[in-house]
Amino acid sequence: MEPALAILVGILVAVAVWLMLSRNFVRLLLGFAMLGNGVNLSIFVAGRLSREAPPLVVEGEVVLGAAAANALPQALVLTAIVIGFGLLSFALVLAWKAHERLGTVRTDEMRVAEPERTP
Amino acid sequence: MNGWFAALAILIPLAASAVTLLAHARPKAQTALSLGFAALLLADAVLLMGAVWRDGMVVVQASAWDAPFGITLAVDTLGAVMTLIAAITGLACLVYATAEIAEEHRRAFFHPLSHVLLAGVCGSFVTGDLFNLYVWFEVLLIASFGLLVIGGTKAQTDGAVKYVALNLVATSLFLFSVGLIYGLTGTLNMADLARVVPRVENTGVLNAAAMMLMAAFGMKAAVFPLFFWLPAAYHTPLVSVSAVFAGLLTKVGVYALMRVVTLIFTHDPAWIHGVLLWTAGLTMVTGVLGAAAQNEWRRILSFHIVSQIGYMIMGLAIGTKLALVGAVFYLVHHIVVKANLFLIAGVAQRLAGSMELKRSGGLYAAAPWLAMLFFIPAFSLAGFPPLSGFWAKFILIKAALDERGWWIAAAALVTGLLTIYSMTKIWGEAFWKPHPDGAITVTTAPRAMTVPIAVLAACTIVIGLFAQPFLAVAERAAAELGDPAAYAAAVLGALP
Repeated sequence: MEPALAILVGILVAVAVWLMLSRNFVRLLLGFAMLGNGVNLSIFVAGRLSREAPPLVVEGEVVLGAAAANALPQALVLTAIVIGFGLLSFALVLAWKAHERLGTVRTDEMRVAEPERTP
Repeated sequence: MNGWFAALAILIPLAASAVTLLAHARPKAQTALSLGFAALLLADAVLLMGAVWRDGMVVVQASAWDAPFGITLAVDTLGAVMTLIAAITGLACLVYATAEIAEEHRRAFFHPLSHVLLAGVCGSFVTGDLFNLYVWFEVLLIASFGLLVIGGTKAQTDGAVKYVALNLVATSLFLFSVGLIYGLTGTLNMADLARVVPRVENTGVLNAAAMMLMAAFGMKAAVFPLFFWLPAAYHTPLVSVSAVFAGLLTKVGVYALMRVVTLIFTHDPAWIHGVLLWTAGLTMVTGVLGAAAQNEWRRILSFHIVSQIGYMIMGLAIGTKLALVGAVFYLVHHIVVKANLFLIAGVAQRLAGSMELKRSGGLYAAAPWLAMLFFIPAFSLAGFPPLSGFWAKFILIKAALDERGWWIAAAALVTGLLTIYSMTKIWGEAFWKPHPDGAITVTTAPRAMTVPIAVLAACTIVIGLFAQPFLAVAERAAAELGDPAAYAAAVLGALP
């Protein structure tokens, strides 16, 4: 299962890089969302996949059984998803504001902060 | 008791952001609370520094989960120094802000966001866990996004788009390498990583993870060739915001680089230090050349941040004890000087009406006190003795020459020379040249602006004239950085 998911991570990252190379800020943000999913999936795979048992301690035992899923990557991914969501929603509002105030979402047309030198 | 000082460095600013948010409808109370909590953070940072100096490393295992299973806070000398300097800078900029920000800026949550930013910065300095470091990076990042756009001008929106875009990439890279490192080692506790990483057999993947992590931190630290977001954004926000950013944010990246390079990625020093050395040289030179082409106060200063970051990376790349002493000393000196220069730029704009050097001038005749206050950090930045920058540069260049790093020493010296060129350009244009619109009528600034500037300038002079105690702290920080085994032992205890 891991190799298949690793390939999926690769595809997600490739698509994300392609989107992020665009000069359109909205496409860049879509790329970021895609990249975030690829990264989260890679953390999940890094914790090794096992689907035999949920990570619950059986009554009477004190440790998890050998077949239990790794709970840590799930916690990490959950944190990363929440953070990624926050960043993405800020960035989307920023894109909207850029469209409103600057009249463009193309980054090469945004020259207000760094005006081109007039000779 | 010592553990509480470390935890409070995070809890105080977090509490401050909550409390200032509650007092949002009462401007006076909010400002007073904001300053009060910033002062409290400073007091805590002083106590933390004292505790680390007296008793050695402060380690807190959150909820009594032993390392490496729980989240660890681990503060060594470097972490304590950085927390202290962050608290000083934070307080200075918040005091300055009381005179600068208008009601609409305050209503845009300036105070709560500032404290969230400080929580993120201090959190990064006290944590001992790689994933926790990621979380603090995000905390300070999202707060910095909010602060950057307060005011909502066109230039700010433009700068924010570039700042946000590159930081999102850096964030993803950071998280990606965290995932890879976890997959390789099964742990994210930095002390545990220090033990486990040298034993990893798959060095190919390890080096890939190391490179991604260094690229991510390098982007935050604004090193060549990843610095373009910084001069695109740092001249747009409020002055007090840009001063905090200039002083602290890139330095969090440098701190993280120092931490991972000295503690975790010790398996292949020749290669990693080689990459860092090239980066350092190119960062110094491109930064200072970029500054030479600029004609606006804060854009010149922004490019100088980039160039100065190069010096710190140079110390890290050379990696001898003396070089690390230099890097730590440089870090401390630079935060004070750079934040101060941005604050002075704000006062200069207030008096002369513009930050564009062409539309500025006459400041020396109108406000000689400001000229004096500018002189101190500006020439400290350029490395004039006996100011703090001289000792920082002297140690680094000596360390480079000891290791026969001729070209990096030459690059550092040339960069210092070109820094003088930029500073004399500001001096000549903004201070000596008569103002194009006639004499300046406003010659004073509110005390809330001048006092923080004077205090920070006094810090620069004190560090320069009484360098010995600061060097002793830097030496101890460097000795600890050079001994990852001791760090691991302090955090993990008697674990096999």
